[in-house]
Order: sequence, then C-alpha cells, then structure tokens
Amino acid sequence: MDRCGDEALESRWQPFLPLTEDETRMFMRGIFQVPRQSGAAPNPCGFGRCTVMLGTKMTDTSENILTTPLDALHRDLGAKMVPFTGYALPVQYPAGIMKEHLQTRASASLFDVSHMGQALLKGDQAIEAFEALVPGDYQILVEGKTRYTVLLNDKGGILDDLMATRIEGGLYLVVNAACKDQDFAHIKAATEGRAELEILDDRALLALQGPKAGDVLARLAPATQDMTFMTFKQVDIAGIPCFATRSGYTGEDGFEISVAASQAVQLAKLLLAEAEVEPAGLGARDSLRLEAGLCLYGHDITTDITPIEADLKWAVNKRRREQGGFPGASVILDQLANGTKRTRVGILPEGRAPAREGTEIQDLDGTTIGTVTSGGYGPSVGGPVAMGYVTPAFSTPGTSVNLIVRGKPLAAQIVKMPFTQKTYKTT
Amino acid sequence: MSVKYTEDHEWISVDGDIATVGITDHALEQLGDLVFVEVPESGRTLTKGDEAAVVESVKAASEVYAPVSGDVVEGNAAIADDPAAVSGDPAGNGWFFKIKMSDPSELDGLMDEAGYKAHIDG
Repeated sequence: MDRCGDEALESRWQPFLPLTEDETRMFMRGIFQVPRQSGAAPNPCGFGRCTVMLGTKMTDTSENILTTPLDALHRDLGAKMVPFTGYALPVQYPAGIMKEHLQTRASASLFDVSHMGQALLKGDQAIEAFEALVPGDYQILVEGKTRYTVLLNDKGGILDDLMATRIEGGLYLVVNAACKDQDFAHIKAATEGRAELEILDDRALLALQGPKAGDVLARLAPATQDMTFMTFKQVDIAGIPCFATRSGYTGEDGFEISVAASQAVQLAKLLLAEAEVEPAGLGARDSLRLEAGLCLYGHDITTDITPIEADLKWAVNKRRREQGGFPGASVILDQLANGTKRTRVGILPEGRAPAREGTEIQDLDGTTIGTVTSGGYGPSVGGPVAMGYVTPAFSTPGTSVNLIVRGKPLAAQIVKMPFTQKTYKTT
Repeated sequence: MSVKYTEDHEWISVDGDIATVGITDHALEQLGDLVFVEVPESGRTLTKGDEAAVVESVKAASEVYAPVSGDVVEGNAAIADDPAAVSGDPAGNGWFFKIKMSDPSELDGLMDEAGYKAHIDG
C-alpha cells in the first residue's frame, strides 16, 4: 500500500486517532495502548489477548494489509490511506477531516466501513441463544427493527458493542472490525447447537450519513422513504440488492448499507454521483461520533467497563433487568440498584486546547477524579470536546473540573451529551 | 538570509543572530487542518531540543522543539489566535517564534532545502 506519510513524522507527530501504523502494530501485538499520558492499556477486543485472525498472519502490516472492495475507488478519489484494524482505509480525502465533518452535518457523506464484521445468526433458538450473551431484549423486538447492544463478560465488562437486527429466521449482526474474529468465535461457541452463525465476509458495508441521506436514498430506492431510525429493510438500490439499516455513527440521520462485495463499487459510485454526497474518511467519522457522544470501543468502553458505568443503562432492557440471565448480571443489577464508582460524562474544555485521550481530570482542589477516554476538536462545536469517566459526585452537568494538559490545569465543565443536536428520523 | 531545516520538519530562517522558526509544508500536509497552536512567551530561555511550541490538528498533536538554543524574542500571537492562519502560509506569516541564538554553530548540523527535500522524499 501507499506509504502513510513519513515515518519519522508519524512517530514524532503524535497521532490520536486510532489510525496509525504504530497503533495498528499495537493492535497486532495485542497490547493496544492509548497514545499518550495514560498508563492504562486496555485490550481492544475484550477476549484476552487480541490476536488478529483475518485469514492471513499479520506480522507486517505493510505486506499483509487487507483491502476493502472500494480500495481502488478510494485511491482514485485521492484518499490518504492508513492501516486500521488490519485494513487499508481512507483516513481522509483531499477535502480534509474538517470539511468532511461539516459536509456530513450539512448534507451527506459516504463512508466505507467494510472492515466491520457482518453475520447472520439463524435458527429457531437464535434469539434465546443470543440473549444469553447480551443485556438487550430481542424477544420483544419485531422483525425489521434494530437494537444496539453489548456483548458482556462474566464481570459485566463490555467485550464489544454491536448492532443486532431481527430478521426472518434470526438476527443480522454488525460488530466492530478490531473485535470481529473474537466476537464471532465467542458467539459461535456460545450458541453451538442452538443457532448457526453465518459470517458475511463477502459483503461490503457503506454508511451514507447526513441530513440529506434520506432524500438521496429515497430517490434511488423509494422503499427506504418510510424507514425510521433503527429499522432495517432489504431493498434494491437502483437495482442492486442491499440490506439497509437506518442508523449510523455520526449523530445524523442516515443508513448503513450492506451490499455484495462484487457490487460495492457500483453502489458507491452511484451514491457519490448524487449532488448532496461527498466521500468522508475515518477521521471525520471519529470527530462526528465524538460530538454525537457515541462510544468508541477500546477507548470509551472496554472489558473493564460495564454498560452502567458507560451510561448505557438503556441498553439493559426492562425484562432483562427483571429476569437477569446475561453475563455479569449480578454486577450490573447491583450497579443499577446501588450506583457505580465512575460514570461516563461529556466534558467541554473552556479554552481552545483539545484534551486528548488519557488526560487526567481533577477537581478544583487538585484531586484526581477521572480520565478522558476520547477527546479532540469538534468541528461543528468549533472547539474542543471530550468524554471520559469521573467519580459520580462530579458527574452532574455544570460541574467545574480541571483537565491536566501538558502539566497545566485547563478549566472545563461536565456537560450533557451529545455536543451537537441529533437529526435521527424518529417518525 | 538562509533557511535551514530539521529532521523534525521545522524550518529556521536566520537573520544575524535572530532565528525565526516554523513548521514545513510537509508537516502541515501530514497534520491537516490546525485547530490549536501554543507559542512560547518572549523572554523564555530555550535549550536546543526543548519543547517550545504546541501544534494540534483534528487528528494529531505535537510539540515543536527548539532547533537552536537562545532566548525567545517573540511568539507569533496571530497564529495562537487563529491556528488556521498557519495553513495559508506556513513558511511566511505562519511562523511560530523568533529566538536570539546563543550558539549559532548549532545551525551547522541542520539541512539545507535540497537536503530536506531528499529527507522527506527518502
């Protein structure tokens, strides 16, 4: 693949997106470390050591890097390609992260997220078998509805977060790229004899995101017009059979579109030909999700963090709270009743300096009360934004805290997330 | 006036014993849109290799190191107020700080333009 830039530059100009060659190597070695300041070394995949099993032995990222079906298209569009979770992916196109971010909020952008894992879990007992791994209620969910959930370990820690949609005969799953092999091995083993896991590694995944995404897709696939947030439909988009889910990772209305790898380029070109749509890379995807207050696995949520601590209580559905029967239920039910020692919050630095992942959070007396888990510049906010964990006493919106950036305390406030208004189509 | 370059992608323009320091086009291209710049205050004494300034883009952050030793004469307040101003003119109005060199011989180890070009192409 193309060089991602001068190596000396990349090693010294400290990157913060989980996108660099250095960081990818750490993924490979299974000792993912946050880039700076933090002593924590969370495992990105949540299944003990993260060994990457993608069909090839990946000891050298430059030689054994995988590509998505859109690889040539990205290069034609002038993308800057970087290795991420074993794949060469566009971090940005010539427009740059800032413009791509703002384009997504104002109109629509197309993201290639084909590195993510897609699978079907089928069989008469698929729902019950899946529920044994997650705290979500999938029995109540009707066909064609999507629900966000988390795979849990026995301590209630998060192994991965994922989207699961009820489809005829089972579930359609979309999981994080860095975790997909472990996730699928875990699901397969745990549902053995009760359900069949079919990994859809012959499909690409495109995300069309932004307030104009609905108009664009309705033009090419009228059947998508009446879809609301977190619903799923099998549709033909200009004659190409697709799975469309009205969801995303930007805080905007939009779709994630699963398509046969062989037709992915045709679909991407079709969508990019629409006047409202521009390509956007992983850089914009990260700043968009941060402003939307959405967690990045391996950073904001890990095996050591429960969904209650992560402020994802809503993912533990009512019937499951009453009945339990998911991994770590005792821990999670106890935290629901008695509270946690830390909680995920939004943090708005008052100055202009971004507070990056690993930044220490102190109270006004200088006592450590937590750590930033994601932080950067929010192009739509027009300033720095962050999220992290603090002790519950300091989690109320409006609480003043200090962020220790380069040894100096910077004033910040705990705020309610998202940082930007969501535009989901709910009706 | 001569311009020298460091392996860390800084340029140093020398006029008498005053050196003006900035980051190169190549560095800027790698960083992308700048969102935060912190420059040193005048009067600060820097030793070659000290962290002198901070530059952050949406996706990355870095310290700018002092390429030579001396006392800071001026930090560029204009780019601290408006980091995007660096993008238009990194080799001109986008300068970071001016330093009164205490040991001009430190310049000897730095690259000229051809050497720097070879460095980034290499």
